[in-house]
Amino acid sequence: MATTNRPDSPDRETLVQMYEIQNKIKTTDERFRSMLTSGQIQLIYYSPRGQECISAGYAVHLRPDDYVVTIYRGLHDHLAKGVPMRELWAEFLGRSTGTCKGKGGPMHITHPESGLVVTTGIVGSGIPIANGFGLASQLAGTDQVTVVNFGDGASNIGAFHEGMNMAAVWKLPVIFVCQNNLYGEHTPMSMSTGVEYISERAAAYGMPGVTVNGNDPVAMWHAAGEAIARARAGEGPTLIEARTYRFYGHLMGDAMEYMPKEERKAAMAADPVPAFRAWLLENGHATEAQLAEIEDKIVAMVDDAVEFAMNSPEPSLDELYTDVYEEITK
Amino acid sequence: MTTTEPRIIPMGVALNEAMDIAMGLDEKVFLLGEDIAEPSGGVYKITKGLSTKYGTHRVRKTPISEAAIIGAAVGAAIAGYKPVAEIMIMDFIAVCLDQITNHAAKIRYMSGGQTTVPMVIRTSAGAGRQFGAQHSEMLEAWAVHTPGLKVVVPSNPADAKGLLISSIFDPDPVLFVEPMLMYWDPQYACDVPVGDNRIPLGKANIVREGKDVTVISYGKQVHDAVKAADILAAEGVSVEVIDLRTLVPLDEATVLASVSKTKRAVVVHEAVTRCGFGAELSSRIHEELFGTLSAPVARVGGQNTPVPYAKNLETAFVPQVADIVAAIKSLNK
Ligand SMILES: Cc1ncc(C[n+]2csc(CCOP(=O)(O)OP(=O)(O)O)c2C)c(N)n1
Ligand SMILES: [Mg+2]
Repeated sequence: MATTNRPDSPDRETLVQMYEIQNKIKTTDERFRSMLTSGQIQLIYYSPRGQECISAGYAVHLRPDDYVVTIYRGLHDHLAKGVPMRELWAEFLGRSTGTCKGKGGPMHITHPESGLVVTTGIVGSGIPIANGFGLASQLAGTDQVTVVNFGDGASNIGAFHEGMNMAAVWKLPVIFVCQNNLYGEHTPMSMSTGVEYISERAAAYGMPGVTVNGNDPVAMWHAAGEAIARARAGEGPTLIEARTYRFYGHLMGDAMEYMPKEERKAAMAADPVPAFRAWLLENGHATEAQLAEIEDKIVAMVDDAVEFAMNSPEPSLDELYTDVYEEITK
Repeated sequence: MTTTEPRIIPMGVALNEAMDIAMGLDEKVFLLGEDIAEPSGGVYKITKGLSTKYGTHRVRKTPISEAAIIGAAVGAAIAGYKPVAEIMIMDFIAVCLDQITNHAAKIRYMSGGQTTVPMVIRTSAGAGRQFGAQHSEMLEAWAVHTPGLKVVVPSNPADAKGLLISSIFDPDPVLFVEPMLMYWDPQYACDVPVGDNRIPLGKANIVREGKDVTVISYGKQVHDAVKAADILAAEGVSVEVIDLRTLVPLDEATVLASVSKTKRAVVVHEAVTRCGFGAELSSRIHEELFGTLSAPVARVGGQNTPVPYAKNLETAFVPQVADIVAAIKSLNK
């Protein structure tokens, strides 16, 4: 598999760009949770908090014309791929100005202009679809790549196994990013999965598989960069298992009684976003003023998006019947 | 058999009791599904406490592997067990439909009756919580269209308990559809007898007697039908409401006797109207009672669209009490 070289280390600009994405995700998530807690908004919410570095780590390697497929817990992937903040918020709130006119909701965010092509609520089902995007790029002879995100739990469903095999056989330009947060809903990975590392499964299908600390932005950047370079060069798919942790359980309101308190406390104490910030400053990759400016800009962006979404109208009732087919069809 | 002290409990508790009773009666009964064991007890807490009581060998937490869940249930059922498999949300049966329709449903027939599949698939369903297009569907028509499957949709806790025990001991595979919104909402709680209060499959319930029109429904919409009946009673229209309880087997006798009396019928369900169970029901009524009806059978159902996310659209998708009232009035013109 050593046909492509390990990418060089990320330059300062890339490091700061990764931090910006991470901070955007964290800030957006915090706003959603505070508005949900205070009752200002009501929706089913799957927090991506704790998993920011994974999306940031692959996204900085992608071009706008590359594809990303993700899942209900996808806010981090949406933002990393560049789905605009206003339309994203409006979709979460079910408004007509949302990415999907308010008809899809948070579990189905779609924004083709950003390359965020599918968000699914069915565990594992994005994987075979990602192969279809990969196949389309391969047939068209472009060097676009597709990143498909899914959880540890998804690696136990048939679609994962069928999709991995097909991608390997067809050498598709697809990067399988398993965001292993150690739980699928209320079940720890150890109770549902027969291997210690999900990346081990790649060997069974004849593709490279790596396990990386998904909370280490530079490690994630390396793993993603290598896989994306391989895919672009026509050398086929890679499975990346990015180890991470869900800070807030499966969904908002989860009592989390099945997560050991100490384990969660330790994971939150090692919050990767502030840790990366501190690392950037310590190593002179960024200045305090520079990061503060980014953070302020993001807060303003979220403020603006919240206002935009809250003031946007609901979809008109006619929208119930449109988009079922190209034309309204009885 | 049963002692009867009135107890008002929600459907979530009633379902738990049914499984508890069945497991206590027959050690061949076992449960499998995602997150169903402690400490979680299922994402909707329907199996709470059962793994502690009966052990994790009988209350089995599974990987997220619907095809493997239903396949294992099919095999164990053929081998003499009585599995109760939980598919968390009905839309996910799409992931294991092969095991349900090609195997659970057909194995008795294909084997010439040598092998049988006495299993239950419990699943939660329905719109109203803004869960979007992939977590809100009522797909009972898929199962009704597959000979070999029985299909149950309870409308209240007492029925849910009685029908689930019957389903678990039924010799055939049963798809048991639980209206998600009814699990814990106290407005749907009712008096549930303690003990083994089985309700036979194939016996509809006349929820309310009337003489001018028959409304036939099942699941959560039975409550809407009763509300519509209340509204129309004030206007002097007498509405009979039938809760089918089970779609297969279908209690045609009760339906036809009622419609013979009222000469008008409205069928109501939440599922998409097109090719929904109401189409079958309407067709059967017309076939049997054509010359005697005062009006064609009316259907009230979900719109012919996926379930939308935005609250206002979701509400517009789901049939409302006002839609039932309007349908009944349209027959009385
Ligand atoms: C086919 C299917 N089965 C079950 C579910 C219910 N469900 C939603 S998320 C989830 C857990 C998935 O865990 P994982 O893949 O690890 O992703 P995570 O939520 O941890 O990000 C389950 C079981 C579903 N959406 N689709
Ligand atoms: Mg997980």
